[in-house]
Formats: sequence, structure tokens, C-alpha cells
Amino acid sequence: MNIIQETFTWLTSGSTWNEAGNDLLGRSLEHLQYSGMAVAIAAVIAIPAGWSMGHTGRFAGLVVAITGAARALPTLGLITLFGLLLGIGLLPPMIALVILAIPSILAGTYSGIQTIDPAVQDAARAQGFTTPQLVARVQLPLGLAMIIGGLRSAFIQVMSTAILIAYVGAGGLGRFIFLGIKTQNTPMTLGAAVWIMVLVIVADALFGLIQRLATPSGVRHLAARFQTSEAGR
Amino acid sequence: MTWVTNNMELIFRALGWHIALSVPAMVAALVCSIPLGWLAHRIPRLSGPIITGSGLLFAIPSLPLLIILPVITGTGLRDGINVVIALTLYGIALLVRSVADGFNSITAETRLAATALGYSWLRRLFTVELPLAAPVILTGLRVVAASTIALCTVGAVLGIPSLGTLFTDGFQRKILAEILTGIILTLGLAGATDGILVLAGKLLMPWRRQVA
Repeated sequence: MNIIQETFTWLTSGSTWNEAGNDLLGRSLEHLQYSGMAVAIAAVIAIPAGWSMGHTGRFAGLVVAITGAARALPTLGLITLFGLLLGIGLLPPMIALVILAIPSILAGTYSGIQTIDPAVQDAARAQGFTTPQLVARVQLPLGLAMIIGGLRSAFIQVMSTAILIAYVGAGGLGRFIFLGIKTQNTPMTLGAAVWIMVLVIVADALFGLIQRLATPSGVRHLAARFQTSEAGR
Repeated sequence: MTWVTNNMELIFRALGWHIALSVPAMVAALVCSIPLGWLAHRIPRLSGPIITGSGLLFAIPSLPLLIILPVITGTGLRDGINVVIALTLYGIALLVRSVADGFNSITAETRLAATALGYSWLRRLFTVELPLAAPVILTGLRVVAASTIALCTVGAVLGIPSLGTLFTDGFQRKILAEILTGIILTLGLAGATDGILVLAGKLLMPWRRQVA
């Protein structure tokens, strides 16, 4: 019980949070910033790619192959590989995080576009919709929930993996875990672990809320099919 | 390449550790998921909480879980048992859904036919429902195998030996070949496990020409 009390004391002490002390708040913001950045870069690549694959129906096998292979890809391996190849700094782990974020977003976008009833799209075409109109007024509203579902899985996965970038010398919340282990400061290690879990669960819940809000009420049943667990970790 | 030939013993030891941690976790996940998934299928009221709960469980980051588990189990931070428990939990989180889907895919007619033939519910479960749900469960198990083998490497940063040790050791000693060996072996082990599962599926379910 003692260690739990000590962890609680570490988490609630003022010096843990402010800049003069350990700066848990600053590191949390940094962690979220890195995760957001990696997911944003991945989205710029994966959303257009997923859209074109879903729209044309080509390369469907490729999406399955990429998401399948990504599941077996060891994240720590990628981070240490880029860390060793490109040296210390933010860029090497960022590349690894972007690579990890791509499959979920690709799969989400692809399924979001792919599962739209072809009859709906044909109807829009028959009404004289141009391709940009079709994208903006049919595919985007109907596919948005699944695209956000893909972004959600990617963000949660990147947040979890970004803990490891501290191992190769970058920042983020992993700092506390590795510093705590190195200095045998168990309350710090445990406190940071608990705090990261809370952050990830809150982020997941927030994304779930956004996903719900982004779904037109008529297609809510569709969104229920695509949950965090399906895109893999 | 010279690094690989000079360090065969280390590589095989890492591979052995990796298998010793990930295979028990996969087996335990399968054994726990079948009753849980069956419950989710049989009792619709439990289905929501079980499926949502497993989704939430899967969102929990692995490294913090590996740090918190020893406090609960009362073991050391470097004890491999915590990796097995964590991987089992993630495996259950993924597999429960597949098991429930598998049982749900059986038509009511099939069940009624078995009952009409005088099958007790237990016999119906083991000789009719489980074999019919098995292909869907196998598909889920293949996903679990790949993610379990990949996730197992994370323990290396805490000093729990696995193929991940090749990453941490390779990074500390700046040996690129060691990290590459680790990545290739992890992917290779995942591929081989997948092949074994597909083969086992074909042998255990000969009535299916091919398993998805």
C-alpha cells in the first residue's frame, strides 16, 4: 500500500507539475503535440490515398496487406532503427510514429468510402454531381465517421507508442518512466504510467464523442461497426 | 551479416525467450475468450459491456500496463509473467469480439436441428456450435498472433528479454544489423505463426476448403 501512497503523493505534489520541478504538464502537452503532429502528417498521406483506393475500388488487396503487415511490425524496432540511422532529435522518432499512424487512417478512410452504397453515389451522379461535389456532399458526410474512427485508432496508438521515443532521447511523457527506472524512483515511474493511461483513455473518449457528432443520425448504425479495436494496434 | 553469424547464440536465445512469452499468452487468450465470447453471445445484456470493455482494454498503452501490473501481481518489474499477463489481456480484448461474432453467425435453424436430434446444450455447444464458429475465431486468432508477437518486444525497455532485446541492445551498442535482425525475426515469427494457424485450421476444419 505504501508505494501506492507514494505514487499518489508524487502525482499530486505541486513540483511534479510546474516548470521549476518535473514539469509533468509541459511534458503532457509536448506528448500530445508530438502525437497530433505525427497523426496530422500521416493523415495528409493516408486520407487521399485511402480515398482514391476506396473511390476506384482498386488496390483493395494492398490496404488489407498493409494493415495486416503493420500489425506485426514491432514499434520499438522502428523507433530504435530510425534513432540509430538518423541520430538524436525529434525527426527520427517522428518518422517512425508517422509510419505507425498511416495504416489505421488508410483503413478507416478506405472503408469509409468503400462501404457507401454504390446506389447512393450513382444517384448523386445522375443528379449531375461533379466529382468534387460528390466528394464534398456525399462521400465526406457519409464516410466521415469512419475516417475519424481511423484517426482515433491512429492517435491512440501513436500516443501509446510515443512513450517509447524517450528511449531514443526525444521528449514526451516517456521521460518520466525511463528516468524513474534509471534512478529507481518508483513513484515517478508508476505515477507517470497512471497519468499516461488516464490521458489515453480521455483522448479515446473525446475522439469517440467527436465520432458520434460527426455521424449523420441516419448512418449511426454504420459507425457502430467500426471501432477502435478493428483497426489494430 | 558477420554480426549475425557471430551472434547466432544470442539471436536464438532472444527468439526462444520471445516464443516462451508470446505463445502462452496466445493460448491463454484463446482459452479465456471462448467462454467470455460465448457469454456475450448467449446473454445479450452482457454483450454491450463485454465488447465495450474489451475495446477500452485494448486502448490501454502497453508500457504503462507493464509497469502497473507488477504492483498488482506483486512480482518484479523484470518478471516475464507480467508480459504474459499483459499480452493475454490484449489478446482477450481482440478475440472476445471474434468469438461472439462466430457464435452469432450460426443460424437458428442449425441450433433447432441439433436440439431436435436430441442434443443436450453442452453437446450442441461442443459438437455443433463451436466447430461452426471456429473459422471466425481462427481469423481473430490470426490477428491476435500478429499483434501479440509485435507487442512482446516492448518489454525489452524494462529489461524483460525477448526479440526486443535485439532492439535495445542494438541501439545502445549502435549495431544496425542487430536491430534489423530483430525486426526481420519478429516479422518472420509472426508470418510463421500465421502459417501454422492457417495449416492447423485446414487440418482441424477439413470441411472447409479454405479458411478466410
